[in-house]
Amino acid sequence: MFYRRAGVRHTSYVADRKLWPLAFDRRMLAVVMVVAITVPLWLGPLYLTAWALPMVIWATAAMGLNLLMGGAGQIHLGYAAVMAIGAYASVHLGRAGVPFELAVLGGGLAAALIGSVFGAAALRVKGLYLAISTLAMQYIVDFGIAHVPAISGGSQATLQAPSVTLLGLVPVDSDAGRYWVALAVCVVVASFLLNVSRTGYGRALATIRDKDYAAEVIGVNSFRYKLSAFWTSSFIGGVAGAVLAFCYYRAITPEQFHLDVSIQLVAMVIVGGLGSVIGSMLGAAFIFAAPLLLNTGLVALVRAGDLAISQELIAHIPLAVYGALIIGFLLIEPLGLAKIYDNIRKYILVWPFRHLG
Amino acid sequence: MDMAFAGELALNGALVGLFYALVGLGIVLIYKASGVANLSQGALAMVGGYVAWALATDAGLPAWLAIPLVLVVMFGLGVVLERVVLRRMAGEAPIMIIMVTLGIEIMLRGVVPGIWGADVKRLDLGIGQDPIFLGPMLINTAYLVGGVVSLVLIGLSVLFFGTLHGIVLRAVSDDQIAAWSVGIRVEHAIALAWGISGVTAASAGILWGSVQGVDWTLSLFLVKGLAVAILGGLDSVPGLLVAGLLVGIAESLVAGLLDPVVGGGTRDIVAAVIILLTVLIRPYGLFGRIHIERV
Repeated sequence: MFYRRAGVRHTSYVADRKLWPLAFDRRMLAVVMVVAITVPLWLGPLYLTAWALPMVIWATAAMGLNLLMGGAGQIHLGYAAVMAIGAYASVHLGRAGVPFELAVLGGGLAAALIGSVFGAAALRVKGLYLAISTLAMQYIVDFGIAHVPAISGGSQATLQAPSVTLLGLVPVDSDAGRYWVALAVCVVVASFLLNVSRTGYGRALATIRDKDYAAEVIGVNSFRYKLSAFWTSSFIGGVAGAVLAFCYYRAITPEQFHLDVSIQLVAMVIVGGLGSVIGSMLGAAFIFAAPLLLNTGLVALVRAGDLAISQELIAHIPLAVYGALIIGFLLIEPLGLAKIYDNIRKYILVWPFRHLG
Repeated sequence: MDMAFAGELALNGALVGLFYALVGLGIVLIYKASGVANLSQGALAMVGGYVAWALATDAGLPAWLAIPLVLVVMFGLGVVLERVVLRRMAGEAPIMIIMVTLGIEIMLRGVVPGIWGADVKRLDLGIGQDPIFLGPMLINTAYLVGGVVSLVLIGLSVLFFGTLHGIVLRAVSDDQIAAWSVGIRVEHAIALAWGISGVTAASAGILWGSVQGVDWTLSLFLVKGLAVAILGGLDSVPGLLVAGLLVGIAESLVAGLLDPVVGGGTRDIVAAVIILLTVLIRPYGLFGRIHIERV
């Protein structure tokens, strides 16, 4: 079929460590990149701003959360709060005249600092306690942002983000330009995460995920690595929040980063697949699109068939769908869409034979 | 500062704290029985409130018939959730089980208000509206009734641990495999714990729903219940009472005294701050058992 892998013929460690040893994967990646870059050219402006742009940004955020949840095995129920810190910090920096790139990095740093302070608080504990502490973080950060006028400009205020200007020279005013900026951030984050699992750092995180005190026994400093996982993941979250503020919302309010957004992100990671980069992207696209598609379908159904579906029900369908998806995937395919993709790939890889190896 | 005002805040807060302890009771029961943290406890309280409203107001049943019916329904819901979802997750990593309970929470929060509507429903159980005067202090009658009912239910659950089923539950919480090997049906015990926590959640939902009305915000009880359960120690029922009173009083005092200063909303984060401080200072809570891990 499409894949060809007749025996392992690596003759050097470099060849063995290749990210994409199969030619088909490399070609597919090239096609995907070309499609992603040319999206503004063939997709209408409405679909570009309403679908492609947010999906790219949510994929970035989901990858950051996936590093923590899938990579290091630490639950985070307050990731939207991390993104909020990044968004507010970067917008304030941008309004103070800091160039766009530095403002985004500053947002990431602020999120990483505050995120790892909360992370350090939670590092004494794990599992359930960690989940609950990060939930508490979500509430405390929400409260802090909404009730400190210096941050949000008042609880009902909207903060306008300055326009994007690359290197202080190239103004980016078009929707396509903002999409490309978001895509660039997404690609950088994705290539970082793809490589993490091949480094000693990534392997240390994996040992902590599997059994943290056993990791400690074999010489992995679990406190240090957990903290750095929090730091890295919060940094990515902050950057994603900053990109969200600058490129998509362009005006931020505290409501954009509530608990529901955290839950949505967790759903993206679980539905996509823990610890997988392509899973984060698939999950982000799926969770983002599913309620919209369902709503559109339902509205069409109501119009077509004179069905009596109340407005209330339609408004609550997304939540019910997230919940059902989380339960369903955890019960049936705990490793998510990435595992389904992997199964198909492995099937084709050994076709026409039935078993691998 | 006005002592009478502070006393009034503290008393009403203590009564509300007992409601929170009732939600925490479900979390503690399930944690004791199966070592699973149930993040869907708040949603169960919300479902209880909605079902009570549907039976008492929508269907027009009298309260003495509607309330037992709600409790039966919620016991069934708890057992069904355990049977259909949780049992199949047995043996998975804790992170997965926590996420599945969160999934239940999200789904219930979407389905139930979707069916019965998200607007605030009035749930009238015939509790008087007139406040009771205790010297210069005003006490909300609904809080008083709710607090007393909560106290009775928590007391009953302490007694329950002395009965045959309670002893089974204690054995299971102590060591599941040992309990299993002496012939205790561990699955039944865990299902029982889920059923009972469905009942306690429903009681909290009904009581609080009759005070502030029934809508999805009842599910925010989760954070308060978690705060109480963690402060008391996740596996201690008596700890719930102390922690419930502490959380309730702290919340009421902070909200009463700080709200005028910072402009409202402090009530919502007191529980979050208590959770964070407990985890930082004393992760096993005031009365919880200290877990020691060995490789």
